[in-house]
Amino acid sequence: MSALLEVRGLNVVFSGFHAITDLDFTLQAGELRFLIGPNGAGKTTLIDVITGLTKPASGSVRFAGEDLAGKREYKIVRAGVGRTFQTSVVFDELSVLDNLDLAAGFRRRMTGLLRRRHGISDDVASALDTIGLGDLADRPAGVLSHGQRQWLEIGMLVVQRPRLLLLDEPVAGMSRDERDRTGELMQSVAKDHTVLVVEHDMAFLRRFASTVTVLHEGRLLCEGTVAEVQADPRVQEVYLGRKERV
Amino acid sequence: MLSPFRLDLLGKYLCYAIVAVGISLAWGRGGMLTLGQGVFFGLGGYAMGMHLKLQDGELPDFMSWSGVEELPLLWKPFANPVFALAMVIVLPVLVATLLGLLVFRQRVRGAYFAVLSQALAAAFVILLIGQQGLTGGTNGLTNFQYFFGLDLYEDADRRILYLVTALILGASYLSVRQLVRSRYGQLLVAIRDGEDRVRFLGYDPALVKTVAFAVSAGLAGIAGALFVPLVGLLSPANLGIVASLELLVGVAIGGRYSLAGAVAGALLFNYAKTIFSEQWPDGWLYVQGALFVAVMVWAPRGLAGLSHQFRDALSSRRKVEVQA
Ligand SMILES: Nc1ncnc2c1ncn2[C@@H]1O[C@H](COP(=O)(O)OP(=O)(O)O)[C@@H](O)[C@H]1O
Ligand SMILES: [Mg+2]
Repeated sequence: MSALLEVRGLNVVFSGFHAITDLDFTLQAGELRFLIGPNGAGKTTLIDVITGLTKPASGSVRFAGEDLAGKREYKIVRAGVGRTFQTSVVFDELSVLDNLDLAAGFRRRMTGLLRRRHGISDDVASALDTIGLGDLADRPAGVLSHGQRQWLEIGMLVVQRPRLLLLDEPVAGMSRDERDRTGELMQSVAKDHTVLVVEHDMAFLRRFASTVTVLHEGRLLCEGTVAEVQADPRVQEVYLGRKERV
Repeated sequence: MLSPFRLDLLGKYLCYAIVAVGISLAWGRGGMLTLGQGVFFGLGGYAMGMHLKLQDGELPDFMSWSGVEELPLLWKPFANPVFALAMVIVLPVLVATLLGLLVFRQRVRGAYFAVLSQALAAAFVILLIGQQGLTGGTNGLTNFQYFFGLDLYEDADRRILYLVTALILGASYLSVRQLVRSRYGQLLVAIRDGEDRVRFLGYDPALVKTVAFAVSAGLAGIAGALFVPLVGLLSPANLGIVASLELLVGVAIGGRYSLAGAVAGALLFNYAKTIFSEQWPDGWLYVQGALFVAVMVWAPRGLAGLSHQFRDALSSRRKVEVQA
């Protein structure tokens, strides 16, 4: 099996502050991996580096054998890496359907964009179905609840058929029900995608995670199954030191 | 039938309305606060003006006054009508495209972009005034007799010119409306509301914005080119900082999010300007400033958005009542 994502010797420095130090990180094709760690551990920064938003001080990021260094953000997306942000951004003035259509059309050339949307493409219809927002398809995204916005965002990713999905805290601020639905959505997406999820809600983790990577102060702390990671004394120390139960 | 004098003014307003269509696209949809549309208006206008000055085959009048004896190299190709007409669009579109790619790639936006575009208008005026022998300096270009076979001193011919201008306004309106309703139009709004998110959907926002900016520049160029025969004069005062701002104020008043609002705003604003500056020339500048501020503070969606705003106010009041 070959790695889909290979991060080697990564260092990220923000004006003197080392946000990530000597990080090696590998993701195999088809994995559903959870990335956890206390606030400020560097989880978002890692995603920012992979997607081209932040330039590393040193180290390499290879995706499907291709070096991503210096590529512009939209080119990395076109290479097959999709992401969400900690705060969900959907386009309030556009309908749910148009949000999905916009995402689906990212490979269209300028001339193809000049036409109006007629009907619904199969991809968009199936994404709409996956995220369960069919009833709200024609409503502006501005009326959606917090949870629904997150699902729409995930739908906008899925419809682009990326090879790797990076989800940054998709269940933050969600109710219990919404968390469960998001977890199920994630598992169904993971059936035919490689997914990396940043999350530190332990209940959520126990229920939906298999392999977990723990970051702490910009370094890799440990990697393993949920049970292994929970049993690791270093992880307990990191979390207990911050008064969080593992 | 309007008297020739009023008809003259109407022609001028129609030109500003064509510019407004472009501003509504770039600013209303694309969020690019362009305070330098005068530059593109001027580029189109000078391209046309230069051609009209060369129609009688003689050296333009202002050149002999400033001691230029031979037609400058830059002017020569403008004698050709096809070249001049092409330049009316090519020049503004080219400048806007280069500028757009440069600044939008660097993620210059918001107030920074506004100031930059305004600085461009200031620089353009300085350039025009400095090159007296080439451009006619502060006086600009005047005294045009013919426009593609139309005699600009004949009322009947002038009426044809108004008709052409009105038709071009209609065509611009319809094309931009089509653009706004297309997927491209949605993408533009998405970039206005969340540029970074759009980037991570795999689009290049700089390119998308540049297209809208270039279209708005092309429309301003066409408007400038029609302005020249309609008004019979084009000078740096028609395209400097103040003129560029005035192009925008009409759109703000009418409503930048609505194409029809922008057009109506431009017509109304310029009509008001004529009336006011006839009656009270000194006060106009203040009235205009006050209007702009009032609209931006109390009615950011302009006149066209008032009903929208009213609805919002009603529904938020209802919400408060429900909560109480
Ligand atoms: N653009 C930035 N400039 C300076 N410091 C930053 C920047 N982005 C993140 N950091 C810092 O880097 C560290 C890691 O941040 P982040 O990756 O967001 O953590 P998290 O694991 O909570 O997502 C934090 O201490 C944060 O303050
Ligand atoms: Mg984070």
